[in-house]
Amino acid sequence: MAHFVHYKNNLAVKNVRNLCLSLILMLLVLPTQVQPAQAPIIAAASDLQFALTDIAALFQSQTGQSVKLSFGSSGNFARQIRQGAPFDIYFSADESYVLKLFRDGLTRDPGTLYGTGRVVIFAPHNSTLRVDGSLDGLRRLLTTDQVTRFAIANPEHAPYGRRALELLRHFGLWSEIAQHLVIGENISQAAQFATSTSAQGGIIAYSLALSPKVSTLGSYALIPEKSHSTLRQRMVLLNDAGAVAEQFYAFVQRDDVRAIFRQYGFTLPSSNN
Amino acid sequence: MDWTALWLSLRLSTITILLLLPIGITCGRLLAYRDFRGKGFVEAIVALPLVLPPTVVGYYLLVSFGASSPLGQVWQNIFDHSLVFSFEGLLFASIIFNLPFAIQPMQRGFESIPADIRDAAACCGMSPWTVLTKVELPLAWPGILTAMVLSFAHTLGEFGIVLMVGGSIPGETRTIAISIYDRVQAFDNAAAAQMSALLLVLSLVVIALVFTLSRRAGQSYN
Repeated sequence: MAHFVHYKNNLAVKNVRNLCLSLILMLLVLPTQVQPAQAPIIAAASDLQFALTDIAALFQSQTGQSVKLSFGSSGNFARQIRQGAPFDIYFSADESYVLKLFRDGLTRDPGTLYGTGRVVIFAPHNSTLRVDGSLDGLRRLLTTDQVTRFAIANPEHAPYGRRALELLRHFGLWSEIAQHLVIGENISQAAQFATSTSAQGGIIAYSLALSPKVSTLGSYALIPEKSHSTLRQRMVLLNDAGAVAEQFYAFVQRDDVRAIFRQYGFTLPSSNN
Repeated sequence: MDWTALWLSLRLSTITILLLLPIGITCGRLLAYRDFRGKGFVEAIVALPLVLPPTVVGYYLLVSFGASSPLGQVWQNIFDHSLVFSFEGLLFASIIFNLPFAIQPMQRGFESIPADIRDAAACCGMSPWTVLTKVELPLAWPGILTAMVLSFAHTLGEFGIVLMVGGSIPGETRTIAISIYDRVQAFDNAAAAQMSALLLVLSLVVIALVFTLSRRAGQSYN
């Protein structure tokens, strides 16, 4: 016991201990003092993963201001916003979520339509699936019992998942394919699954398929819009949005910036509502 | 490489173990020294986060301090932001789901102190505080250290609960584990690989350091 008391009185030990305590104190104090003005936080549907990242980079280079991007399923974000999540702007792949939030007083106004999305059927390289807009290749695979895994987003809270369900029903393939489905939490995760070699393919967002990070992984075909309800995409400023958020919201509506949406396969609205 | 997320994770883990230190020592001592009716039940409650799926813990935490709960509303009124989706909310959740990792090793540490040593210290006229600081803590130190390391490592790696209670808000609740998940979904495998490798090395270093230190601490008693 005496041996240990001597050990504790050692000056070197005391110095190390003091250093640790000051580091810990710094850890506790520093974050609250060093934080600059908070950049606005944007909740965006996963189909905007690449488009909005490009737009945010452009915004930063032109105005010097940055924004924080969070991608996920539109339905999940709507739920989080209702629970008080501190987002400033909400980009939804399905306008009904925005309109409901407005109706419940969580947004300033009904928001702005920023485009219409499309879906594609995607097959990774070396898949047995041949992609085409009428899903004949998929139908053939199903009848010959060669489909083991097919990816879609969750129809419950991801707009692209719901459209996938609608179009698979439209083509009369739903009952057969349902048992083979791999469900992504949002359309990005569905794209992850669809591009992996463990699935024959999947239904993913056109905006994701157009990005080189995805298009190089396989082939895809656009699916006709009449086979599902439209993907009217709406953005809205939430109640506590600050000045930079408003700036970004206006920035996104500039013609040169809307061209980026078009590049990623979105059909631009003819009017702003 | 998401440095903000790494810093957030390190802050969360460090503050968690600092807050758990007094909680763990108090509860660990109590459970080690006292025998009471219902002790088995208390120990089971403490161990619960170990066996429950993280989503169950996450769900009950959301119910307990979500926006519609009494605690959540009190918090909102005082601080003008929600408790869920905030760093403080993560801290609350982190303390709760780390309770077994903090308490159990400390309890074992205190249990390993022979009762006659504590009796001898009391006979020598030492005050309870002196007994704690000069006799019990030095002897139970390996258990306390293990508890702190386990809690630190567990917080660094926790995913499901952090996602449910925190959302994935950059700079506020997006820990490095969630950032990796986010990067994979963004088809950014390079960043995911970098961060995963960093976490792997960090975890190895932390655990190796602590095992070395605790062996030294154990040796000094002989």
